[in-house]
Amino acid sequence: MNEFVNLKATELRLGLPGTDNVFEERQRVSCNKRAIQGDSENETESSTLKIEMSPPRKAQIVGWPPVRSLRKNIIQTKKNESDSEGGRGHYVKVSMDGAPYLRKIDLSCYKGYSELLKALEIMFSFSVGEYFEREGYRGSEFVPTYEDKDGDWMLIGDVPWEMFVSTCKRVRIMKGSEAKGLGCCV
Amino acid sequence: MNYFPDEVIEHVFNFVTSHKDRNSISLVCKSWFKIERYSRQNVFIGNCYSISPERLLGRFPCFKSLTLKGKPHFADFNLVPHGWGGFVQPWIEALARSRVGLEELRLKRMVVTDESLELLSRSFVNFKSLVLVSCEGFSTDGLASIASNCRYLQDLDLQENEIDDHRGQWLSCFPETSTTLVTLNFACLEGETNLVALERLVARSPNLRSLKLNRAVPLDALARLMVCAPQIVELGVGSYEDEQDSESCLKLQAAIKKCTSLRSLSGFLEAAPHCLSAFNPVCHNLTSLNLSYAAEIHGSHLIWLIEHCKKLQRLWILDSIGDKGLEVVASTCKELQELRVFPTDLHGGGNTAVTEDGLVAISAGCPKLHSILYFCQQMTNAALITVAKNCPNFIRFRLCILEPHKPDHVTSQPLDEGFGAIVQACKNLKRLSVSGLLTDQVFLYIGMFATRLEMLSIAFAGDTDKGMLYVLNGCKKMRKLEIRDSPFGDTALLADVNKYGAMRSLWMSSCEVTLGGCKRLAQKAPWLNVEIINENDNNRMEENGYEGRQKVDKLYLYRTVVGTRVDAPPFVWIL
Repeated sequence: MNEFVNLKATELRLGLPGTDNVFEERQRVSCNKRAIQGDSENETESSTLKIEMSPPRKAQIVGWPPVRSLRKNIIQTKKNESDSEGGRGHYVKVSMDGAPYLRKIDLSCYKGYSELLKALEIMFSFSVGEYFEREGYRGSEFVPTYEDKDGDWMLIGDVPWEMFVSTCKRVRIMKGSEAKGLGCCV
Repeated sequence: MNYFPDEVIEHVFNFVTSHKDRNSISLVCKSWFKIERYSRQNVFIGNCYSISPERLLGRFPCFKSLTLKGKPHFADFNLVPHGWGGFVQPWIEALARSRVGLEELRLKRMVVTDESLELLSRSFVNFKSLVLVSCEGFSTDGLASIASNCRYLQDLDLQENEIDDHRGQWLSCFPETSTTLVTLNFACLEGETNLVALERLVARSPNLRSLKLNRAVPLDALARLMVCAPQIVELGVGSYEDEQDSESCLKLQAAIKKCTSLRSLSGFLEAAPHCLSAFNPVCHNLTSLNLSYAAEIHGSHLIWLIEHCKKLQRLWILDSIGDKGLEVVASTCKELQELRVFPTDLHGGGNTAVTEDGLVAISAGCPKLHSILYFCQQMTNAALITVAKNCPNFIRFRLCILEPHKPDHVTSQPLDEGFGAIVQACKNLKRLSVSGLLTDQVFLYIGMFATRLEMLSIAFAGDTDKGMLYVLNGCKKMRKLEIRDSPFGDTALLADVNKYGAMRSLWMSSCEVTLGGCKRLAQKAPWLNVEIINENDNNRMEENGYEGRQKVDKLYLYRTVVGTRVDAPPFVWIL
């Protein structure tokens, strides 16, 4: 059983340099866990996510979990239907200026802006400051933005949550001077 | 008792219905054996390969009801390849040739063909009841034969079968004179249903108590059906696809109000949650609720429904109910006896799944709980110990932690102590499934305390052969042992071959047993069929030198009085 006690020490992680809080991250980012054999359109990205978890995530094991085919089919059908409706599994790419690679999050996992921002903060180890309707985000050099359906870069938090979820195509956390244009005051 | 004439003894025996008891009676003396033999009405055969139809008829010439089970349990999870066996045809042929007045046939995990169903329907004039569970190999044409030819049919109960739906008119094959139906369950049929024929059938079946529809029966048809069948006790609902159809919803609600005998609800495969309100009037009477296929019903709708079902004894649900939902169950359903919580996310990682907290809440709130099947993503020893304290009455305890080898998520320890507490507290435990990170220790506890255990399912557990030996030596009442992906090998397998004579079967897949070990077992125990299921063509299993090291992928052994079966496919080797 000692193996399991020491597992964290030998754990292979690709967290950003300086990231310690893998456990929290796992809790917050739990929505991002995907089935390997599934509907992920980007295999490399999902395998990146996988490495955080220990032990190494499952290949599909025959006959596991012990659920009858009829049940599996029902659940799979429901998942596929709701994926296509955009109800669940609304994944968008998240980039942060200066970070070596992108992440993906499932917007439908969050009920509102505060949950989303907290998750982003943990994922990228930064602080987003406080949101003000007029000035945008204050107190941090990072500003969360998103690209909407029209291709414009918008400040996260301006529109109602539902509208944001339905129009958001990708998320970018801007940093420093670039962010000034969006009304951020450092 | 020998001073009484045979008829009197036979009359007394009629009150003894359990198979075990009747088997015991027949062992008392020769005359009782003879009387019991001729008066046995219901025969139960747990493994169709343990005996032949001819020997069955020789022993019990006058039975009316036969229950047959074919494939091993793990066949449900695709571990048994197609074509392995379990064919009912030879049984029906033999019964048809004899003069037995078969009235009821119950089959589980067997291969049934249209030819078999046709033969069945033509051979037994008084045939009344057909129950097929997890069977395959037939189509709606076979059902049409049953409908056409069985004049006194009462039960046609199709549970979770794989049926080829030819979209034929099997429902219209019931003759207009057929009015005897009591049970009609075709929920597992995938295709369209002739709604007109169905409505007419239901309308002329005043004894209909159980009606379970497939997804092709929409809301408006359901409303009309309920008007014809207010006496219904069990209802399986089809689809509620049309959310806009509030008129049908109202009609349904009005019809349901009259169904004062309704006690069981199931189905809801395509359910718009708001239509659940049609069942308001009957919730307080419901004793059984199966929402395990209702992926659309969750959240507040589900909670609302459960809060009104105070008399529930049986609840099958998806884990989208969450711990909070289970707390509602715990505080509402004080009569609950059986709970099954199925997973919605088969690969773990969903954030709506239930945890150990839900299980603890249920154990604390439901004093009559005796059977549980619980899929979850995490568990702790502390929770299991609490559950054991709260609920020492478990007869069936099946816990499935979705991730293999997962330890106690708080302490990172194996779950040996938790399961140990369960087997120690639950003296009447007959069925147990274990999961999570487990060492040989848990099997030591099981062997020590689970004295009444009859069925044990092990997956990804244990360290050495000692684990399996603890179980084989300790659980004297073991009947079915099924093991997968666990490090048990020849030493455990061969330790005491006589044990297998007292069991129905043993399944071991992806373990450490070798071909050599299996061959030695077959030699030592000729009363067993030792089957190796080997799907891998490349395996050169014949080479003698390698037997000792050649691992067997799937081993299935069972006691039998008729020796090697003749219908085994090429990938099954019977040693």
